[in-house]
Amino acid sequence: MNFEKQDIISIHDFSKQELLFILKTAKLMEKKLNPNLLKDKILATLFFEPSTRTRLSFMSAMEQLGGKLMGFATAKMTSIKKGETLWDTIKMVEAYADVIVIRHPLEGSARLAAEASSKPIINAGDGANQHPTQTMLDLYTIQKVKGKLDNLHIGLLGDLKYGRTVHSLVTALSHFNPIFYFIAPQALQMPQTYLDELKEKKIKFFTASNLLKVSKKLDILYVTRIQKERFADPVEYEKYKGVYKLDTSLLPNIKKDLKIMHPLPRVNEIDPSLDATDHAVYFEQAANGIPVRKALLALVLGKV
Amino acid sequence: MKKEQSVSAIKEGTVIDHIPSNAALKVVDILDLRGIRSIISVATNLTSRTMGKKGIIKIGGKNLTKEEVDKIALIAPDATVNIIKNYDVKEKIKVAIPTTINKIIKCSNPNCITNNEKSMATKFYVIRKRPLKVRCHYCERNMDKEDISLL
Repeated sequence: MNFEKQDIISIHDFSKQELLFILKTAKLMEKKLNPNLLKDKILATLFFEPSTRTRLSFMSAMEQLGGKLMGFATAKMTSIKKGETLWDTIKMVEAYADVIVIRHPLEGSARLAAEASSKPIINAGDGANQHPTQTMLDLYTIQKVKGKLDNLHIGLLGDLKYGRTVHSLVTALSHFNPIFYFIAPQALQMPQTYLDELKEKKIKFFTASNLLKVSKKLDILYVTRIQKERFADPVEYEKYKGVYKLDTSLLPNIKKDLKIMHPLPRVNEIDPSLDATDHAVYFEQAANGIPVRKALLALVLGKV
Repeated sequence: MKKEQSVSAIKEGTVIDHIPSNAALKVVDILDLRGIRSIISVATNLTSRTMGKKGIIKIGGKNLTKEEVDKIALIAPDATVNIIKNYDVKEKIKVAIPTTINKIIKCSNPNCITNNEKSMATKFYVIRKRPLKVRCHYCERNMDKEDISLL
């Protein structure tokens, strides 16, 4: 399998085999340090919208492989303010860098960037659409903590309506014969189009608003934040923001080997009292961003 | 029959029949016929046995390609296209919705890059033909027929 010069834009572009190959490469990256693998290669990080962990973890991954960095962390400093098109910005940057990571508030921006650039583009989030490297590190985490990806009972909790990570993860996990449990207040449940897709693929799923009704069945519980910025009406947000607060009172109602994930940042969905339990894997999950992003950088630059 | 007369009225060219009456002028736009120098006649609100009212467009001296024909499928799915040679119908082309739709429709997602980047072409994949459902190549959102608007 060869990923040289390929773009990483959407989880929809990847087959099961390709995803497994990327996870395998990430595992190699975790086992062996390759401090000179990307020597003399330059990564441009174009963050038109703020992000802490994604940007830092790409930068750290590139540094650990011996590569160099350039870029910006906010659109304020760029010619975008002067009215430059994204196409022109990318055309300029492709002359300076070997690989480009982009986060942009508009949906489809990464796809356009890939069409403009002859250098590989990695999507680090395009509006509410895709964030494929997050999905890949989520898969990597599940594979690592459960020893497999197939036939798992997976609960997704929180904002399932607007949550980009949830939608991509459901798409990716659909390759592995899961049973899904969508746990959310009715107004924030999984959009019908996704449920229809699952039906077409003959994948079993259940919806619930009460976590305790399904918690005993779960192998993985993926918790998401209810995001204030997604609500047009602040009153609506107030209604839902505190609906789920996981704490140690949950412990009698779950499997011993349930693992709790969260893409972070958390607000109050998971009480810190759960952090010390074996169930909490969210910090490990964040750390897994490094081997996965190392693997992707090395793959698209043709170095593994 | 009236239809026979309409079709045989031009010597060479294309006759597009069975267009919904209110869509005839849109078809002119989609096929970019305003720039053509040959004779074009557009008729709307003609009586039709099957449709009640219909529109017809006759384009002298120009044979539409299959690709051009498919463009009009979005607004005139039941149209028939007759290629005329020497007053005879030489070929009948059935309108079919293409598998990808380039440039002619607008993404309904205001946050899509195609609605924000200067002079950018749109592209959609047809995921269901009837009723029409398309997916934006860029923002990956699905649009149903009622959300589809022409550029």
